[in-house]
Amino acid sequence: MDVGAAYRVPATELNVLVAALDDAGYAVWGPTIRNEAVVVDRLDDAANLPHGRRTVQAGGRYRLDATGDARVFACVHGADSWKRLLHPPKVRLWRCTRDADGALDFAGDEPAEPRPMAFFGVRGCDLAAIRRLDDVFDRAAAPDPVYEARRNGLFVVAVECAEPGGTCFCASMGTGPQVERGFDWRLTELDDADGHRFLVGAGSALGAELLAPLALAPATAADETARRRQGEGAVMGRALDTAGLGEALVARRESGYFEQVAERCLGCTNCTMVCPTCFCTTVEDTSDLAGTTAEQHRLWDSCFTLGFSYVNGGTVREGGPARYRQWLLHKLATWWDQFDACGCVGCGRCITWCPVGIDITAEAAALRAEPVP
Amino acid sequence: MTAPPLPLTVREVVGETAEASTIVLDDERGGLAEPVPGQFNMLYPFAVGEAAISLSAFDAGRLTHTVRAVGPVSEALRRLEPGAQVGVRGPFGRGWPMRRARGRDVVLVAGGIGLAPLRPAIHAVLAEREAFGRVLILYGARSPADRLFIAELESWDARDDVDLAVTVDYADGGWRGRVGFVTALLPHIRFDPDHTIAMMCGPEAMMRAVASKLTARGVPASDVHLSMERNMKCAVGTCGHCQFGPLFVCKDGPVFTYAEIEQLLAVREI
Ligand SMILES: Cc1cc2nc3c(=O)[nH]c(=O)nc-3n(C[C@H](O)[C@H](O)[C@H](O)COP(=O)(O)OP(=O)(O)OC[C@H]3O[C@@H](n4cnc5c(N)ncnc54)[C@H](O)[C@@H]3O)c2cc1C
Ligand code: SF4
Ligand code: SF4
Ligand code: FES
Repeated sequence: MDVGAAYRVPATELNVLVAALDDAGYAVWGPTIRNEAVVVDRLDDAANLPHGRRTVQAGGRYRLDATGDARVFACVHGADSWKRLLHPPKVRLWRCTRDADGALDFAGDEPAEPRPMAFFGVRGCDLAAIRRLDDVFDRAAAPDPVYEARRNGLFVVAVECAEPGGTCFCASMGTGPQVERGFDWRLTELDDADGHRFLVGAGSALGAELLAPLALAPATAADETARRRQGEGAVMGRALDTAGLGEALVARRESGYFEQVAERCLGCTNCTMVCPTCFCTTVEDTSDLAGTTAEQHRLWDSCFTLGFSYVNGGTVREGGPARYRQWLLHKLATWWDQFDACGCVGCGRCITWCPVGIDITAEAAALRAEPVP
Repeated sequence: MTAPPLPLTVREVVGETAEASTIVLDDERGGLAEPVPGQFNMLYPFAVGEAAISLSAFDAGRLTHTVRAVGPVSEALRRLEPGAQVGVRGPFGRGWPMRRARGRDVVLVAGGIGLAPLRPAIHAVLAEREAFGRVLILYGARSPADRLFIAELESWDARDDVDLAVTVDYADGGWRGRVGFVTALLPHIRFDPDHTIAMMCGPEAMMRAVASKLTARGVPASDVHLSMERNMKCAVGTCGHCQFGPLFVCKDGPVFTYAEIEQLLAVREI
């Protein structure tokens, strides 16, 4: 549905929205600051959002500075993402008991939190990342039960970015900074001559239904103009030329360039852990000492580990160059073949959290400039 | 879907070689969907872990798997005894092109444990023998003692409507058959390249060599089928481990045409 008419929420009243979600039965989650970094946590009160801070990000660098104003969404994400809630880093898939006769009995996972979740403050990149995970966990045809148990009934409050971070490139990837679909509510934070305020618009029937009883004042034409200008004025930290990019990278998959990247890459897996679309997992099988109960857990895994591509007799992607190639080409090329979308949504996390500052936008551009071998 | 496994009871275990055993599971209640030749199941011996194991035969309610012990899971499977239960998920993947093979010569090439996933295709062809042209089975084993399904090999060899050629890498005293790699058998076989379906499973290097020789003899790359192996954790396209370029071996394969994967096979460490 089209985004409904926007309403105005005074800066001091933002908690009205959080409280409305709580009243509607949601477990509300939102960004907050822990140990000088933005993380996603339970949000009991809008006061716990990160007020008055901005993120300073660069390759391998992350810092929070003071903005000198009261804005709550000036600081973008940290390493953490909503992926952690929908696709947990470690989750029990099932438990199995064996009786005295050797008969097995399997029971599936139950999420600890029975209430549906509401995500308060999802940025354009992360909104697109949730759509990517929806594809992987095949919501349309054969949903993964663990993902679906958390994803089903999710209420999404998107927020538009006024100050993208130094490693952000959502504009190149077509995922932000402004957002037009895929949310229940959309928030825009404005702080200008008309004062510090929020605009909220519904993007779904449910969103409209939950907004109606709040009796908010309609946004003015000046508010809408301010929203548009703010979006146009947002400055991206990075850019990536995506035209024909997948084909250009695949054509160079045997380029010697990967050796150069591998000399810098530590194979630490940070990029895959912080990436909001990386979905790969392994399983871990455990049992109790008595040998009557066993469990299987699913854990985040990374294509940068040697064991990832192990088959009997050896590892397929033995060298660092092959493992970096898997990551880069999966994100920017083969994801298109698999899911008809780009595996990268331009959030910049992998750049910020890479200990040696390897930059996906720079590597892709440099590889593209190499001759086809 | 990552639904929990279904417990099935082991009905029979047959030792094949020093390392491999055939395990027959009872699914008389039909808890799993009917497999097609070339598909695989994820088998879970209690408390050890899961491994992808192909169906090596199936008929009403009996799901047969042939396992070579190479690590913890396959070793635990081989040690199973009748009456024990294992967890089973499946069947998964795209199988052999049985429908397309009808009316054509069928060339089946197996290396080592690769005969196991090809066996249901052989059974299907022999069950309707008149629906197919020439049937050629080429099988390479490490040594005579490493041959799987020896009684069945003899029964195929005895038929005059099947051409079976077995070769071993290393012969021992009593072996009177061929010695050498399975690729060496190819120049000697006769088939109609325009009306042939080839199916193969074995080490990747073997499959690359066989596929390129068959296409060199005029079989279109789209009629040459290979069963690929990659690390697999989920079997349903969500763990990412089995990626082979843009393909997920678990759900897009494990059987691919040479036309689909020839370029990928040429890329090292992909
Ligand atoms: C589609 C498909 C069909 C298959 N069909 C069959 C079949 O019909 N029959 C058959 O026998 N096999 C089949 N396989 C192969 C089988 O799934 C593997 O051999 C499986 O890994 C066996 O598991 P395992 O635990 O016994 O051994 P593995 O996991 O391979 O372990 C072997 C050895 O390697 C070590 N190891 C394990 N993981 C790692 C790692 N990450 N890094 C370093 N070392 C490691 C182990 O400790 C062990 O010593 C198939 C595979 C696929 C993909
Ligand atoms: S690849 Fe990097 S920039 Fe792209 S979505 Fe993942 S973490 Fe963000
Ligand atoms: S880049 Fe690597 S870890 Fe991320 S989704 Fe792709 S294969 Fe998985
Ligand atoms: S085995 Fe998990 S994606 Fe293929």
